[in-house]
Amino acid sequence: MGELAAFIILAIVTLLPAVVVVTSRNLVRAAMSLIPSFLGVTGLFVLLQAEFVAGIQILIYAGAIAVLILFVIMLTQGGTGTALRQVNEQQLVGGLVAGALTIALLSLFLRTPWPLVAGTLPRSNVAAVGGAFLTNFILAFEISSLVLLVSLVGALVIARREQ
Amino acid sequence: MQVGLNHYLAVSALLFGLGLYGILTRRNAVAILMGIELMLNAANINLVAFNRYVAPGALAGHVFALIIITLAACEAAVGLALVLAVYRNLETIHVDEINVMKW
Repeated sequence: MGELAAFIILAIVTLLPAVVVVTSRNLVRAAMSLIPSFLGVTGLFVLLQAEFVAGIQILIYAGAIAVLILFVIMLTQGGTGTALRQVNEQQLVGGLVAGALTIALLSLFLRTPWPLVAGTLPRSNVAAVGGAFLTNFILAFEISSLVLLVSLVGALVIARREQ
Repeated sequence: MQVGLNHYLAVSALLFGLGLYGILTRRNAVAILMGIELMLNAANINLVAFNRYVAPGALAGHVFALIIITLAACEAAVGLALVLAVYRNLETIHVDEINVMKW
């Protein structure tokens, strides 16, 4: 019962700010609404016993990406005024497409008989995640570190002012 | 009533739809990136929920979710750097006004 209540509250905390993110005319308000949405997703991760993913979610999404987006909104003032039109002319079509895809996904998810397995995750799974990264998923780990390096250099080169 | 896999999948489908709506209707490139972040979050909810309810012994869902978070950070950094470069050259970040390939 308590789990259900927590889930409903976290789902509302996730979805309501997401509505503000995609509809608000004020882009700063949209970017600030990303933070409670990310925190709601973090709560869902905690409910799913993924504490390490939840911590990383707070650090990277709520901490880094939201701040980065706010910085870019400040640096590109010409495009972010509330007087400007922030939506294009395909609002109706976009709403229809997104709604149709959501309904299709929902019916697909709810109809498929998932092979559910009863059981719980290891009690503290941080060490297990670290071990998995360094044994079975070592290639993905190394490649993502390479991608991080490339995107760091690439972002610096692209954003640098030409002399 | 117990919270099951379907509850999490429903939340993730709704979040995905909201992100898609943002991507399809926004003019501002930064707002489009925000929609992409919402969709990536929806994918992460799915991965972690399947890990919990379908394969509780393995941790592959957690590992994939962490890799997606890493790549989302990369994508945000490079995407926002591109937005800055476009704004410096064209004085606009509305994607329906960025229609030149050379100037």
